[in-house]
Amino acid sequence: MEVTRQPDHEFRSRQLMARDMLRGTLEGDDLDRYVEQAVMTTTLDRAVAWAQGNSIYPLTFGLACCAIEMMSIVAARLDIARFGFEAFRASPRQADMIILSGRVSMKMAPVIRRIYDQMLEPKFAISMGACCSSMGVFNNYALVPSDKFMPIDVHVPGCPPRPEALAHGILKLRDKVQGTDREGWRERYGAVGTEEILGA
Amino acid sequence: MSAASEYRRREESITMSSEPVGMGETHELLTLNIGPHHPATHGVLRLIATLEGEVVRDIKPIIGYVHTGIEKTAEQKSYWKAIPVVERMDYLSYYFNAMAYCGAVETLLGIEVPPRAQYLRVIHLELNRIMSHLVWLGTSALDLGAMSMFWYCFRERETILDLFEMSSGQRMHTRYFQVGGVIEDIPAGFARNVQKFIDEMPSRADQYADLLEKNEILLSRLRDTCVLDEQTLLGWGVTGPLLRAAGNPWDLRKAAPYSSYDHFEFKVPVGTVGDNYDRFRVRHAELYESTKIIQQALDGLPEGPHIVEDRKVALPPRHELATSMESLIHHFKLVTEGFRVPEGECYYPIESPRGELGCFVRADGSAKPARVHMRDPSFVNLQATAPMVKDAYIADLIATLAMIDPVLGGVDR
Repeated sequence: MEVTRQPDHEFRSRQLMARDMLRGTLEGDDLDRYVEQAVMTTTLDRAVAWAQGNSIYPLTFGLACCAIEMMSIVAARLDIARFGFEAFRASPRQADMIILSGRVSMKMAPVIRRIYDQMLEPKFAISMGACCSSMGVFNNYALVPSDKFMPIDVHVPGCPPRPEALAHGILKLRDKVQGTDREGWRERYGAVGTEEILGA
Repeated sequence: MSAASEYRRREESITMSSEPVGMGETHELLTLNIGPHHPATHGVLRLIATLEGEVVRDIKPIIGYVHTGIEKTAEQKSYWKAIPVVERMDYLSYYFNAMAYCGAVETLLGIEVPPRAQYLRVIHLELNRIMSHLVWLGTSALDLGAMSMFWYCFRERETILDLFEMSSGQRMHTRYFQVGGVIEDIPAGFARNVQKFIDEMPSRADQYADLLEKNEILLSRLRDTCVLDEQTLLGWGVTGPLLRAAGNPWDLRKAAPYSSYDHFEFKVPVGTVGDNYDRFRVRHAELYESTKIIQQALDGLPEGPHIVEDRKVALPPRHELATSMESLIHHFKLVTEGFRVPEGECYYPIESPRGELGCFVRADGSAKPARVHMRDPSFVNLQATAPMVKDAYIADLIATLAMIDPVLGGVDR
């Protein structure tokens, strides 16, 4: 295929406007148009949320099997550093997010609650795996689901979830923090309005 | 103590002798709580350490923070539905948990596992052993400050998990072992991928050794620290690499072969001193030996069924269900009630990456086990922490804990 380069008049005119802008000679409609093109406006809240969502520090906190899969999202194959989640912090006071990776026993639940309380606001919690979401395959006297004693933002199902699943959960959390989360498959697949309501 | 480095000698010239406690204002014992949430405890172990200055005088492990009631849950499930529950116990050696449990049930039933299934089990067990040692190596090196080891070890671990996923569909807790054999034959291409992995594994292990064994900091933290002699270890019931590091070549694969381990030639690495360095070396050497076993099992993989033909125990093949009424009945009975096991009890020990993993099953003639008990090596080995770290530095406590390699899921069950 032959590639022909068209002279970009639009680009040239923007360049000239930018030069005028720097000289301070741009006025009136031209100035308005320039500002509209070149300056992105946002609210402070959204800017903060954007920064926050891209630099969450997880807590180094492993409970059971899922902790091994949690470690492997830091490893080379699914390098979570791509999304800014790689700085694991051992102290709850330095961490933003706690990943409950594994089964929560009756003995451990008060400890987790205390660690969660020690974390500074804003703080987020991911419940990883079936055990700490719903007690999983065990469902017996010894375990307690994490929703019973602390607020959870994202549940990641699986026993244990694949590292990809946890990464998906983390990205969901990022969307929630940034306020851009889209819930439900109808919205995702462009099927809003196709709901069938019985008796309607 | 010729192996001790200059650094270690200089440090030990500072007096380690015990001063009378409580004499004078400068001597005071400090009780330090480590855990249950601490990155160096490899899980949710809690240690109450009594320190005199920097020296650990006493240590008390407190366990039970991941008590899951697995043994009790197994009593409420039929025999083969207990396998997934049992697997989640020691979560780094899931094939071993399943093997011990299945072995016990098979002994009670009196069934002979076909040779192909035994070989397939050996392949998966040894892959699992390598995987477990890799996680141990990566996290222990992380505790000792060698960050990059973690990435190298987890790279190889992912390769092994891909193999597990290929044969069973799951990365962890695969439930591949079934009472009477394995649940499915290996897929096409699995043997080739295993071969590819074991071809490169020895060179990877060499690389780990190059990275770690020339590191002066790591050597001085491991050499001649927390030595414990063979007799004391035996007294505490310690098995596995910890015991072998003290010079006792006790390995159940050799001592009481199961699953046709007597067909394979391999060495049992032993240490001489019994310090942390030997514990590290023994596990590292086991990486090579496991590779050799997998190679032999792969080369000599016999043809034949992958699970017993006994329809009372194993599911009939899927295609029979459409044509045979009897198969349909067997299938229905197996998935609803399960098989019944004659009354009796059995203890089935195997060599897990951490030592003797034994499963005790008592059957009362019904379709559910009356009692399932696991002798988990992590639990027993953890007892040796206190005698090991007594009168050592607190930094050596972290190194020792890494070298003991306890898996708290197995300790608390």
